[in-house]
Amino acid sequence: MKLLLSFSRKGQHDPGREPVIARVVKETGVLINVEKANIDSMAGEVLVDVPDGDADLIRRRFEEMGVSVRVVVDAIVRDEEECVDCGACMSVCPQEVFSFDPEWRLCVNAERCVLCGRCVPACPHGALSQQE
Amino acid sequence: MEKSLDLINARIREGSARVVTAEEMPAIVDELGEEGALEEVDVVTTGTFGAMCSSGAFFNFGHADPPIRMERVWLNDVEAYAGIAAVDAYLGATQQSETHDRPYGGAHVLEEFVSGSTVELRATSHGTDCYPRRSITTELLLEDMNQAIMVNPRNAYQRYNAATNATDRTLHTYMGTLLPHCGNVSYSGAGTLSPLVNDPGFRVIGSGVPIFLGGARGMIIGEGTQHSAGTGFGTLMVTGDLKEMRQEFLRAAVMSGYGVTLYIGVGVPIPVLDTEVVRSTAVRDEDILTDIIDYGTPRRDRPSLARVSYADLKSGSVEIGGETVRTSPLSSYRRARAVARELKTWIETGKMELALPTRRIDPKKRSKPMRQTAVTPRVREIMDRRVISITEDEDIRVAAKKLLKGETNHLPVVDASGLLVGIVTTYDVSKAVVSDGRFRQVKDIMTRNVIRTMPDEPVDIAAQKLEQNNISALPVVDASNRVVGILSAIDLGKLLSGRRWR
Repeated sequence: MKLLLSFSRKGQHDPGREPVIARVVKETGVLINVEKANIDSMAGEVLVDVPDGDADLIRRRFEEMGVSVRVVVDAIVRDEEECVDCGACMSVCPQEVFSFDPEWRLCVNAERCVLCGRCVPACPHGALSQQE
Repeated sequence: MEKSLDLINARIREGSARVVTAEEMPAIVDELGEEGALEEVDVVTTGTFGAMCSSGAFFNFGHADPPIRMERVWLNDVEAYAGIAAVDAYLGATQQSETHDRPYGGAHVLEEFVSGSTVELRATSHGTDCYPRRSITTELLLEDMNQAIMVNPRNAYQRYNAATNATDRTLHTYMGTLLPHCGNVSYSGAGTLSPLVNDPGFRVIGSGVPIFLGGARGMIIGEGTQHSAGTGFGTLMVTGDLKEMRQEFLRAAVMSGYGVTLYIGVGVPIPVLDTEVVRSTAVRDEDILTDIIDYGTPRRDRPSLARVSYADLKSGSVEIGGETVRTSPLSSYRRARAVARELKTWIETGKMELALPTRRIDPKKRSKPMRQTAVTPRVREIMDRRVISITEDEDIRVAAKKLLKGETNHLPVVDASGLLVGIVTTYDVSKAVVSDGRFRQVKDIMTRNVIRTMPDEPVDIAAQKLEQNNISALPVVDASNRVVGILSAIDLGKLLSGRRWR
């Protein structure tokens, strides 16, 4: 399951100043895979992948440390009306989210998405959007 | 054995014609042989659905009261060409509105009409005795117009080059988003289903032949613009009634960073008259070859990095220089199939009969590059040949002196044999000064990844390098990387002075 963590780094004691991910891994023994991180001087946003069974525990621990956690489902959304099944999105995606079925219909495996956003402008038909 | 078109049309009228799509044909020929396939199959339908920029439509709006001789015309703020009589106009698919925030163009207006939406017509005129009105604004539906005739100057490319990008930045092209370092490949065209691939000799595809266009029954006018069947890049000029078209087969699109285009479905039915037609319609993706072109080269003649078949491209990845690179189609194969299948149904149910060309299209013709009468200025003509350079072991203070004395902001750094290894700017030297003597030699502060130009590079391309990299000078090197000059933004100003170039 993918979790989007966001935290502040403004104050000296904000969670963003602490090694929160390392701490949660050490405490719980759950292996957390960091898929994307965007951290600057004021705030940070990190997308992590955790085993489904441990997601509740991990989420609770992060929240106790002052990190806000959002479960990411359907990270990328396809507008079926606009999509013409061309496939322009396929090769720009680093995660192989998009594929064709035997009928050349475009299939979206949103679970693999790491919210990089490359496919959104690459779609000639404006059919893809990222969940905010 | 040969089969006449009359026989095929008689069978279509009877409802007994055997129609297959170009995708089904190779297996039929394998099974029955060429003679057997000729006997069995009457018509092969083809189809493609992809970006076809060279598309548009003629409109006749009807006369207003008092009447106006429209000189400039806008449809939803997209300008249409109005230099054709009082209330006629041609709207091109790629023409873009200047007022919309997001790219919106002729293709969008065409799609709005086809979907049944209202479109605002605005027109202006200077007013004449016979057409006194000076401006008009009204709302139109497709059905309100006398004619809405799609005429596409260049559609249905036989095949198209695949695209990749060897540079180190992402490119936004009409071939879609191209990732740096050959990170992906995009391609267009339906391969085995493509109309012209199934008749490369233009024996049965020519002027007057009925076709599927955007869901309507259309017709081939003749060769398309830039038709170059002699090099494998034949094109068609086609027409059809916009009022009969459907949104499923006509879609506006935006190529990010490039502009508006139109996705349209085109299908041509091919009468199976003889074994030569059988042979050409038995073509497979494996037989259709194309080049993967480096769109990172900003010139007309771009290098080919690999030659691949449509079967390779459709497999999802190809090899370039030993690396596996993922591919993306820009055209929809699923919808190309839908075109070929619907065309098949039309013929099976007698909705469309076939015709032979009233005029042949030249299968040998090659398109020419532009004749350019004004010389394209090259870097060598405006570069500064008096280059002051420095070697990497010299002291930073020497660099500072050279910069001051040479009244320049850029020092190319060369090795013992005069080859370019870096560049130092006044900014680098200033930074070194404030770093309290931590850096001593030129090599400690120089930029090693130097953006450079060549003497015969067109000045426009050098200017683009300056702009894209946010820098103000480029060392000019020869083929062996020896520094022969420097081109600064100031040298580019020489072009604007108008003294040397008109």
